Amino acid sequence: MKAQEKVIEKIADPARNTCRLCAPLGASTVFRGIENCIPLLHGSQGCSTYIRRYMISHFREPVDIASSNFSESAAVFGGRENLHTALDNVIGKYQPSLVGIATTCLSETIGDDVSLYIKEYNEKSKSDVPVVNVPTPSYKGIHTDGYRDAVISCIKTVSKENESGDFINIIPAFVSPEDLRHLKEIASDFKTDAVLFPDYSETLDGESWESYKKISPGGTLLSDIARIKSAKASIVIGSSLSRSGLSGSLSDHLPNSHFMNLPIGIDLCDEFFGAFEKATGKQLPEKYSSERNRLVDSYMDAHKYFFEKRAIIAGDEDLVVSLASFMSEIGIVPVICATGSDNPAAAEIIKKYAPDAEVMSDSDYATVLDKAKGMNCDLVIGSSKGFYLSKNLSIPLVRVGFPVHDRFGSQRIKHLGYRGTQSILDNIANAIIEHKQNSSNIGYSYL
Amino acid sequence: MIDLIEARKNQVYVNKKDSFNIECDKKSVAGSVSQRACVFCGSRVVLYPIADALHLIHGPIGCAAYTWDIRGALSSGPELHRMSFCTDLRENDVIYGGEKKLYNALISLIEKYNPKAAFIYSTCIVGLIGDDINAVCRRVSSEKNIPVIPVHSEGFKGTKKDGYRAACEALFTLTGFDNESEVPKHSINILGDFNLAGESWIIKNYYKEMGIDVVSCLTGDGRIDEIKKAHRASLNVVQCSGSMTFLAKLMKEKYGIPFIRVSYFGIEDLSEALYEVARFFNEKEIIDKTSELVGRELSAIYPEIIKFRSKLEGKKAAIYVGGSFKAFSLVKALRHLGMKTEVVGSQTGSKDDYDYLKEICDEGTIIVDDTNPLELSHFIEERGVDLLIGGVKERPIAYKLGIAFCDHNHERKIPLAGFEGMVNFCREVYSSVLSPVWKYSPAYRKRKGGIV
Repeated sequence: MKAQEKVIEKIADPARNTCRLCAPLGASTVFRGIENCIPLLHGSQGCSTYIRRYMISHFREPVDIASSNFSESAAVFGGRENLHTALDNVIGKYQPSLVGIATTCLSETIGDDVSLYIKEYNEKSKSDVPVVNVPTPSYKGIHTDGYRDAVISCIKTVSKENESGDFINIIPAFVSPEDLRHLKEIASDFKTDAVLFPDYSETLDGESWESYKKISPGGTLLSDIARIKSAKASIVIGSSLSRSGLSGSLSDHLPNSHFMNLPIGIDLCDEFFGAFEKATGKQLPEKYSSERNRLVDSYMDAHKYFFEKRAIIAGDEDLVVSLASFMSEIGIVPVICATGSDNPAAAEIIKKYAPDAEVMSDSDYATVLDKAKGMNCDLVIGSSKGFYLSKNLSIPLVRVGFPVHDRFGSQRIKHLGYRGTQSILDNIANAIIEHKQNSSNIGYSYL
Repeated sequence: MIDLIEARKNQVYVNKKDSFNIECDKKSVAGSVSQRACVFCGSRVVLYPIADALHLIHGPIGCAAYTWDIRGALSSGPELHRMSFCTDLRENDVIYGGEKKLYNALISLIEKYNPKAAFIYSTCIVGLIGDDINAVCRRVSSEKNIPVIPVHSEGFKGTKKDGYRAACEALFTLTGFDNESEVPKHSINILGDFNLAGESWIIKNYYKEMGIDVVSCLTGDGRIDEIKKAHRASLNVVQCSGSMTFLAKLMKEKYGIPFIRVSYFGIEDLSEALYEVARFFNEKEIIDKTSELVGRELSAIYPEIIKFRSKLEGKKAAIYVGGSFKAFSLVKALRHLGMKTEVVGSQTGSKDDYDYLKEICDEGTIIVDDTNPLELSHFIEERGVDLLIGGVKERPIAYKLGIAFCDHNHERKIPLAGFEGMVNFCREVYSSVLSPVWKYSPAYRKRKGGIV
């Protein structure tokens, strides 16, 4: 009896070097993936600025995110006036086609009714700029939840039920701009009309400009989001997108949806391209079967460097799930698979792909490090925050996902498809070889 | 002229042409995309470099995630400050309160990491859910026998400046404890240097050569035991005055320690800082040593600066930084390079600061308080600026417009303070302005009328 009481009273440990980011960051990323959309966080000024700073370091692009900048009186009496002023200024100065509002811990805790505020604003200002609102308290859910909930909120607000059209939807989890470009290329090579949402491939990895642009060009067109509900099929990639959250469930708003994990590794890529063939009724273009065959060839070429290497995979659940599958394909043993999210379903899938792994959900890097000491790990694969593990364990880090703050080309990391897998495979092999080379007299100068 | 947000009309000033008082020290207007952060940020950056303290953020995860290992503040010993600790409040904590979680977190972290003190930062929702963090801190402090100090830094309760103030209040509670250990006769505290890229060490070496001891550096390479005896120094030398003048005032009131405000950036301000400290002690030996130091260093760096100047003369610059003291020094430093400051602004300048900027800037220079990307990009284009000095948030504005950039924010990796810092600064500016890449930028080509 006593033991049971103790369990109930157990208080969660503090986070030490967190593996999670807050929900408004995910929502802001989605809003940056809509053409001429400006994100607006309803909360303190710091929320916007910290998230901007974090994203700019990774993407190396302007990331403007407005704030309703709460004052003390707003925290007591509600943030209506601040939100209205913010909408006035942000619409006046940026002339957006859409304002994407995400709440914060502050506005959620005081119980601001943002939908009501928006309604009042529209009546008062006669503004015809559509406004999407997504609840993103950082005490409930993490950045991947904020991302998914923003996707759902946008579809709910903007998309109309119509007769089914001859096109498909592609809804990816938080992947790189390069990945988004690859997804568009695949759709184009399949000669199929596709709505990719969100699409920050240009807004967060843009060209050099002739003159300053208030909002970076690119992004999913509002008219495309409007037709999402009438697609003939939807391909949804990333395990975090299949969960339901504060905005409901994505499957309720998408026609004929195929939920799958990020296509990394041959098995998951085969599943993904198979779904593409099914959704479009077209055959895999030869270009991709060639990419697949080259990837298979490199599995053979590089297998000796991978076999029974012990890896730590840490980061966003979507990546960890798929990397666990891919690593197991090439003979690497994932010994720790750690995510910041608390998704039992994802943990189950990881366990299936990597049966020997210690699966750590809702975890943080310091806990992972404690666990990893003495486990004879050979490499870390994860975001640049994994450098903390890599440095303390003196093993290489292969950088993937978000954030990658300490290297160049973070926007252009390839993860998805046979091509993305190829790139990760090469990087892993080279990291292992470089580590050997740096710590051996043999030289490894001719392989 | 740019169409400004109505509420910001008096925060943009054209020097010696406009005649109103620049408005400042006010909250950023909602929807303006201010480059400022919040109260929490102000506290966090000031206290962050104290390397042997536990820094625990009480709130949901975001504030901790974005400030993990964020400053380039070096430590010569422990590196506990580079860890990010958070109570990681969840929905149930928001409903039932987070005090128990805070207590447990403190106890477990203090036992694990054995810090000399702990700072507990309140984030936005802590006040709203009614946690009595003062009571928890008192309890843990008596149980664990180390100072456990609440930092009242709820994001919405003011501006970044109020966060500086909360940090100063927290630091002040640590002073006045050590009256035993020896403190030399000619001793000072350095306030407002954060040892970014080892800058405090450069400055400390100058003082050492001058025959002056540093009791405590607040907070660069900071240690709790040094802060505990800081009240016994003869003088507080305050850099980055926006952040730490308040502590200097508190210490003057309570311990009678006078303070001066200085800057270690650029030739004049740095030399003047050292001379002013020397004059304070007013002993021939110290003054002689200072003259020798300044003379030697200046003659060492001067030829370098001339070399850079020959390449940079006539170029135009824009400066947007956090604190205005840094802006003063940068305006002067750029003048040494023959560069003209077209735009200068800060996040946290006061009325006095802007008055001084008006004095030192040329006619026509745009002086701006709490600007934003749309304004800043507009000014840069309007004035045909060649270089922007700022932080990571400003960087993409410069690069999208095909102009040079110098990072003078707290993430910099190269020391820019001191005499060697001046050379580094010149080299930073030079290596960006003179890069061959700009000729490929569409904005650059447009500026040059298509001929490059």
